[in-house]
Amino acid sequence: MTSSLLFNITTIAYLISMLCFFSHLATRNEQAGAVGSYTAYGGLLVQTVAILLRWKESYDLGMGHVPLSNLYESVVFFAWTIILIFMFVDLKYRYRIIGAFVVPFALFGMAWAQLGMNSGIEPLVPALQSNWLLYHVVTCFLGYAAFAVACGVSIMYLIATRTGLAEEGKRGAILDMFPPARLLDDINYKSIMIGFPLLTLGIVTGAAWANYAWGTYWSWDPKETWSLIVWFVYAAFLHARLTRGWVGRRAAWLSIIGFVATIFCYLGVNLLLSGLHSYGGK
Amino acid sequence: MEIKDSSIFRGITDFFSSLRLTMFLLITLAIISIIGTIIPQGTLPPEYLQTVSQKRLDFYHAMGFFDMYHSWWFILLLILLSINLIVCSFKRLPGIWKTITQPVLIMDEGLEKTLPNRAIIRSRADSVNLKEQVVAFLKAEFAAPVITEEDGVYHLFAQKSSWSRLAVYAVHLSVLVIFIGAIIGSVFGYKGFVNIPEGNSIDKIMSRSDKEINLGFAVHCEKFSVAYYPNGAPREFKSILTVLENGNPVPGYNRVPVIVNDPLHYKGITFYQSSYGKFGEHEFIISNPDGSNPQPIKVSSGGSVKLPDGSSVTLQETTPDISRFQPDQSGPAAQMNVHLANGEHKTFIVYSNNPVMNRMNISYTGGRLLEYKGGEEFMYTGLQVAKDPGVWIVWFGCTLMIAGIYVAFFMSHRRIWIRVENSTVTIGGNASKNQGAFQIFMDHLQTKLNNQLSAGDNK
Repeated sequence: MTSSLLFNITTIAYLISMLCFFSHLATRNEQAGAVGSYTAYGGLLVQTVAILLRWKESYDLGMGHVPLSNLYESVVFFAWTIILIFMFVDLKYRYRIIGAFVVPFALFGMAWAQLGMNSGIEPLVPALQSNWLLYHVVTCFLGYAAFAVACGVSIMYLIATRTGLAEEGKRGAILDMFPPARLLDDINYKSIMIGFPLLTLGIVTGAAWANYAWGTYWSWDPKETWSLIVWFVYAAFLHARLTRGWVGRRAAWLSIIGFVATIFCYLGVNLLLSGLHSYGGK
Repeated sequence: MEIKDSSIFRGITDFFSSLRLTMFLLITLAIISIIGTIIPQGTLPPEYLQTVSQKRLDFYHAMGFFDMYHSWWFILLLILLSINLIVCSFKRLPGIWKTITQPVLIMDEGLEKTLPNRAIIRSRADSVNLKEQVVAFLKAEFAAPVITEEDGVYHLFAQKSSWSRLAVYAVHLSVLVIFIGAIIGSVFGYKGFVNIPEGNSIDKIMSRSDKEINLGFAVHCEKFSVAYYPNGAPREFKSILTVLENGNPVPGYNRVPVIVNDPLHYKGITFYQSSYGKFGEHEFIISNPDGSNPQPIKVSSGGSVKLPDGSSVTLQETTPDISRFQPDQSGPAAQMNVHLANGEHKTFIVYSNNPVMNRMNISYTGGRLLEYKGGEEFMYTGLQVAKDPGVWIVWFGCTLMIAGIYVAFFMSHRRIWIRVENSTVTIGGNASKNQGAFQIFMDHLQTKLNNQLSAGDNK
């Protein structure tokens, strides 16, 4: 058994999970939602084994490093963190429908990684040979994943509060399965409350590492700057909760913008701009 | 006059303490920070200069876009953010401080109405006895209460994590601490760079602003080496460095290996493995294709040979013995690169003792014959040098920020008031955050108290 095979099984599991959630959304069949959740959990388990196996395989190849060293490995890990955070939300709030808006992010990541990227295990270049790699990447991606969940929930919020739909009675069959808008707003806020400290920790561990490796904790490298932009957006979101005019739909939009900035920070900077985080280079 | 002054002052404080300003600053900072990720910062690469018009270049220069994170308008926004933080904190802190240090000890009617979690528990015990039971219960289940007696009625007040209300101010303070650390670092520290050839020492470095800085000691590079993975990717860049004081090695700093991610610290100055290269000089002979009219040329490692027809070829790499790479050849050889007229780059080998092979390069070398005679090469190590006395303040600020965010998000100030009268216990409470969890806690607490008191009654 290889990690590569297990990653393929994971991808299929997330695909099935997403299809179940969609049919749950379309048919209001409770069982479809339950199967969606359990398939996602199963996929998470298989993926966990796959990541650990890949870690071991790198040692077998004599390179021995944590599987977080290039674009492929980071996208796979991102998918893992999204499903992990989704699992907590699913277990706590028990609104299966949220899966239909969150699992697609993870599936997209896995499908892109498995189909479009070179999955070979590569040796670690000197710049990445540090324990900081693990702390930095894990904190950043857990933060990103929490933002992904917040974004999915914010999209639901925007759908649920569309003018005309908000009033009871006019809600369609699909919207009946949505959690109440207040709860969506709350999950959005709670997810960002989880993501923001993790992002902060990710930026700080990145700065500490940069200082340790290059002697500069901050050099306005595009990646650093974009992480700060994401931090500003979510800091604005958190302060917006304290003011009147910025709750509800505006807060949901801010959360979506924050996630778009997050994705640009993660992928756009590497694929479109140049800088120190070169893993997206080719 | 005085009234007017104070109203202006009031207006200014209101402006600087407003959340609207905070939102405006955070969103503006987020948006304008994008500029510096699209427009190159610092030294502009020549490829970039070719793509922009002079007019736009002048405009960008005038706006400070090429060093935007140090431009006056960016710094101004950061200063405004700092003022916003400070004024907000000064405005709200006294009230919060009072809540913490002078808690409301008595639940009167007004307060009672505001509490969402209220319950009344009846008991047959008299008030003194009841009070004893409730105090013991609160102490065991929540926190030791403060007791106030008023006309035979006992008022109990207990609280937890009152200081968590300060966390948000700690986060705000941490931003200022990080700014202070950064300022100290940029005023009293420097960043620089130095190349040290193997076997040589340096006691000066060049700062990023092109100033020469005396270290006050010397650093000697004993050796530089690169190790590779089997697939040819670099595995390790390593310099062996020795710190010299007055020409003598410093104990503990003799032949220290310095690799990427493992720098050398000495006297507050840190040396980071950053790059490497070759110093060296090579001899070539350029002649007519038949070997007549030979002229010697000296080329440094990585340097270029200017050919009589105006073209030039660049020296990429040399070896003292080509047989390692090409077993049928021998002697020194040089790998050259030429940029052809059609835009193509071509790499070719120049040998020391094979005129036949060298003659095949004639089309790349301007119709002349190029021959390599050999040369001497040394590795040099490129070290990033940094002195930053503010860095520990920055780390303190970061730690404060993370601890502050954690407490601000996940801990809440929980307060419980209890009024004990004859045969009646009124209990209520509130929390600064996470109302849902507090509601569950209160339900649980009230049920338990009820059970305990009724168990006491039945004794």
